[in-house]
Amino acid sequence: MSSTTAQPTLDPRDRGGPAQPLLIVDELTKHFPVYGGALNRQVATVHAVDGVSLSVRKGETLGIVGESGCGKSTTARLLMQLIKPDSGRLIFDGDEVGAPGGIDVTSMRRQMQMVFQDSYSSLNPRMTMIDSIAYAPRMHGLSAKAAEARAESLLERVGLHPRQFGRRYPHELSGGQRQRVNIARALALEPRLVILDEAVSALDKSVEAQVLNLLADLKEQFNLTYLFISHDLNVVEFISDRVLVMYLGQVVETGPVEDIYSRPRHPYTRALLASIPTLDPDRRTTVLPLTGDPPNPINPPLGCRFRTRCPFAEAGCAETTPKLAAPIGTQANPVTPHLVACHVAAAQQGAIHGH
Amino acid sequence: MATEAAVDVRNLTAMFRRREGDMAAVNGATFSLARGEVMTILGESGSGKSVTLKAMMGLLPDYASITGEVRVAGRDILKLPPAALAKARGGELSMIFQEPMAALDPVYTIGEQIAETIVKHEGITYASAMQRALALLERVAIPSAARRLKNYPHEMSGGMRQRAMIALALACNPTVLLADEPTTALDVTVQIQILLLLRELQQELGMSVIFVTHDVGVAAEISDRIAVMYAGRFVETGTVREIMRHPKHPYSKGLLNSTVLGGLRGRRLETIPGSPPSLSALPRGCAFSPRCAQADVRCLTTQPDETVLGPGTIVRCFHANTAMAEAI
Amino acid sequence: MSQFQAIGSIGVPSPPPIVAIPASPGYWRSVWGRLQRDPVTVAVGILLLTIFFVTAFAPLVATQDPTTGSVIGRLQPIGSAGHWLGTDETGRDMWARLAYGGRLSLLTGVAPVTISLLIGGILGITAGYAGGLVGTLIMRTMDVFYAFPSILLAIAICGMLGSGLFNSVLALALVFIPPMVRISETVTSQCRHLDFVEAARASGTTTSQIIRHHMLANVLGPILVYATSLISLSIILSAGLSFLGLGVTPPAAEWGLMLNSLRQSIYVQPYVAALPGLMIFVTSMCFNLTADGLRSAMDVRLAH
Repeated sequence: MSSTTAQPTLDPRDRGGPAQPLLIVDELTKHFPVYGGALNRQVATVHAVDGVSLSVRKGETLGIVGESGCGKSTTARLLMQLIKPDSGRLIFDGDEVGAPGGIDVTSMRRQMQMVFQDSYSSLNPRMTMIDSIAYAPRMHGLSAKAAEARAESLLERVGLHPRQFGRRYPHELSGGQRQRVNIARALALEPRLVILDEAVSALDKSVEAQVLNLLADLKEQFNLTYLFISHDLNVVEFISDRVLVMYLGQVVETGPVEDIYSRPRHPYTRALLASIPTLDPDRRTTVLPLTGDPPNPINPPLGCRFRTRCPFAEAGCAETTPKLAAPIGTQANPVTPHLVACHVAAAQQGAIHGH
Repeated sequence: MATEAAVDVRNLTAMFRRREGDMAAVNGATFSLARGEVMTILGESGSGKSVTLKAMMGLLPDYASITGEVRVAGRDILKLPPAALAKARGGELSMIFQEPMAALDPVYTIGEQIAETIVKHEGITYASAMQRALALLERVAIPSAARRLKNYPHEMSGGMRQRAMIALALACNPTVLLADEPTTALDVTVQIQILLLLRELQQELGMSVIFVTHDVGVAAEISDRIAVMYAGRFVETGTVREIMRHPKHPYSKGLLNSTVLGGLRGRRLETIPGSPPSLSALPRGCAFSPRCAQADVRCLTTQPDETVLGPGTIVRCFHANTAMAEAI
Repeated sequence: MSQFQAIGSIGVPSPPPIVAIPASPGYWRSVWGRLQRDPVTVAVGILLLTIFFVTAFAPLVATQDPTTGSVIGRLQPIGSAGHWLGTDETGRDMWARLAYGGRLSLLTGVAPVTISLLIGGILGITAGYAGGLVGTLIMRTMDVFYAFPSILLAIAICGMLGSGLFNSVLALALVFIPPMVRISETVTSQCRHLDFVEAARASGTTTSQIIRHHMLANVLGPILVYATSLISLSIILSAGLSFLGLGVTPPAAEWGLMLNSLRQSIYVQPYVAALPGLMIFVTSMCFNLTADGLRSAMDVRLAH
């Protein structure tokens, strides 16, 4: 692991070869029942994640962006198997997770780790930094001494001096320092895929930039693949190679970051991008990109879920749910396709807002 | 009237008395705001930006001691007797918060809360106050306002609640609106709606707005002037264009530089090393000196004074002049 | 983005000197350290220890027999010769009776709480961690007990089982189990949903490892604090049971029982009659203050 050669093929754990996506997610679905009433019966269903498919290539950063209630965080927890999906398949480096002949959840989790948004609650308040980082390797059979040595070297890698910070408790560190520890902890099992769920969202802006730089360094050093989940469109554009836009539990658009940000095809993606504050006081936003709030994922609209806020909506949008496909009038790039889930050609071509 | 300023704040200081010693969350904030002007206080967590607003509203707990002057329409708010302060609060001086759910009372409908505020301040009948409440909800563009009047806060979506809180704040025609990160908890598509609404209302009603945020983009969208706050002090104030294009204080520069933009893809972000200091353990000299590349011995030992560069434009840095030369 | 190009770059100043933090003494030892630095807790602790030792070594500190009275020496005032705390209505030495009585009172304070801590704690942590059907079953069962006020429940159980020390301890333990379950369930389910538990699950930690390493240390603190505060309630309730004749049976000495039998003498010797009540008050107060001290010592955020 100490070798920092950036050649994915040298990783002995690479089973499928460089062309095999590290993670393939097929039609992942999770509905949460809502209980209520006098007898506590199920009264509604939250369609948290509805038929989400995606693939993460080795060595890339896939960004997932969307507003609250779009299901991006639920997707992360489903991938980690922290909650059980209702249906859908996970294929990790060519092996189906939990299937006969595939890999089991435990071996998948060793190769896939997660960093949470809240840096404080993701650390055990009763454990020192070294103990927190060394914990998982010890549970997996590393000796106490070796686990501690690994924790110290990881602390060093994330920019915290082990002698200064190793014996401290979470409340003695700043938010940025704690998040560095969380990253170190996620790396302790030497994972290949790291899911970053709003990992920099709660940090101060000046600290956010430091952590983003750190993530870029670690990706290179440890030959990592990232799944970066955020509501911050600027950060997602900065860090991602490909982007997935989610709305109410479904993927509405996906493609290379340049395509999504310069030629968004879904009216929702366009509205999202147009909502970014401009940073230029002479070119302020004057036209409302979108009215209303995102609807509740309890009983979402039938057909296309965006149609209730979409200026291009037609009668057909209420009838069938659009599938992800190449934009009308284009040919999909077979390697990194730009796909959009929208029926209406005019909506896909709509006036493109700069940002 | 000698002065045209809608708000005039002189040397506002909020000290928290604590066992380990006093802690100045706001240290000598001085600014004035013309009618119809929007000033943003930009700062990171713990910079004292929210405390400044709460001190102006007299909303800080008893163990905080507040000194200085906050003049609204010529009257010093801090010297008002409690009854008059209560009248001014929600009257000429009004505030909106980050979490409308916490600021609105969960057991009354939106209509009842707005009407009650109007009755309390103006003594008109409840029925006509309710009429005004309806007009206010329409004014903040809440769809089917008559129905929404009878909604409880929890029955509304986040953006709708924020609009309802703005309506409540506008109930008694304030001349000054204090906005404490009102868009931070909102989704980006809703945030821009609220920003546009606030800008529109502010221009139409001629209100002065003091807007607090940590988000440089939001500040650029809404403000006429920006005050950058660090460790309890205004380190730089100026017009939005000055601050966004030619920031003079090293902290303002660092903050702008570390703002993540998609266009910086593949490059390393410029960062300010370290993290903001704790207010209870401030460095001896300039509070920013431990993180500043330009810091010299003077910065480490003495607190820089404000350098006035023009009306409403100040910078608190020994190196401001050299930095200015560099920027040109 | 041309407007940003002109901005001068921010370099990196020299890093602050590295201060090595000595190896941490471990959580429980640091709690102990903080307890020792709290003057109120130390004072209360010394007082509790004194009460404990006096009652434990009652035969040594009180030379007179607590059950032998004297008809002529009844209701002597405080400070009388041979009985420095006076005598009760049958002429028994108050000092001896208070010292011996404390044994039973402390026992009826600590024993029911310990029993309920064990049973209720296990049930509550199970309900909180498992959730779902198991959790609902446990919690709804506890709700049935909640329907009765605790003192009534204790009286009812004691009435069923008959009076006596053992039965009153058992009754009080049963009374304390439901609140103990509820508090353990609440803190456990709160802790269970924190990200660090999820993170541990995500790195393949087994359920029993999570409970032992991540949950217990975070959950035991609040539960112990609550249990400590229940001790004072238990002393008062058991005094109440003895007062009603349902707890300890005469002639054994117990503070609640003494309060009951001295009741008639309140106009003759008010100070002597108040002594058992004072002891109940002081002891339960001490346990309450200990609980407060423990609470702040266990809060890592208040450290230093």
